[in-house]
Amino acid sequence: MQIAATPTDDNPLKLPILIRRARAADIAAVVALDERVTGLAKRGYWDDIFKRYGQSTRPDGFFLVAEPQDRKDAPPVLGFIIGEVRAWEFGSAPCGWVIALSVEPEIRLQGVGEALFEAISAEFKKSGVRKMRTMVIHDNRLHLMFFRGEGMMAGPYIQLEKDIE
Amino acid sequence: MKLQIASQLAIYALLELAAEPDRHFSVAEIGDKFNVSSHHLAKVMNALGRAKLVRSVRGVGGGYQFAGSVRRTTLLDVIQQFEDVDSGVSLTGGSSPATDEEAALRGILDEIDNITRATLGSITIGTMLKLVGRRRSSGSMR
Repeated sequence: MQIAATPTDDNPLKLPILIRRARAADIAAVVALDERVTGLAKRGYWDDIFKRYGQSTRPDGFFLVAEPQDRKDAPPVLGFIIGEVRAWEFGSAPCGWVIALSVEPEIRLQGVGEALFEAISAEFKKSGVRKMRTMVIHDNRLHLMFFRGEGMMAGPYIQLEKDIE
Repeated sequence: MKLQIASQLAIYALLELAAEPDRHFSVAEIGDKFNVSSHHLAKVMNALGRAKLVRSVRGVGGGYQFAGSVRRTTLLDVIQQFEDVDSGVSLTGGSSPATDEEAALRGILDEIDNITRATLGSITIGTMLKLVGRRRSSGSMR
């Protein structure tokens, strides 16, 4: 899958990028981007994620990256999004879950996140689901604002947790 | 949750201004659309001006313009200019809870407040404009 993302009315893309499935050679850049954003390097985690969503032939898992076009000085991966179709957990009919999204901090608000979101939405749709979900910690305003801006609303589930004593 | 009238008017006014960022709107023009007095709306616009969410241009052709960020100004930023968004249930103010019952109840109210803040703090003026646009295109309201 390769999509040359182009600007639309809803997506004021200002950078030429290509959205494609992640390759093994991208993982070092994904790890570096994640470390720049979260402050934590998680090489083992990302290798495992790539095996589960990037390498496999399963049709319901997606690991997409945004690659810069025409910019030699840019990082090799400007952003990534990961998701999968899951069914019947918590009584839910099949739906697409976005489990990770990250965009290079210096190029945010230029449409890369939107392009990634639209690309994975299209993949979910091709998989036959008509609903997508994600989960965001409530004080992460940046991610909440982004997903809200993409049209996501509060869903029917309430997340609960408990300290195990 | 109920919003005070001033908060509602501020949101409506900002949506009107942000939808046409190059235009200047008079208070009377916005007031007419939402059927509120210019006197009441002027106070709201002054508060929005102090918060740097609108700018006023004097003289012929003047009026108010949106001065926030469509993609960063949230409903919480607006509402907080006019009211406290917390639950408003008065226990013993900011002091330590006097009883275990009060502490337990406070924990529940904090849950509600956190969700309220997260919701209002994540909806930008841009997102609201999209929501309004969707409703308009589906013909559900005027």
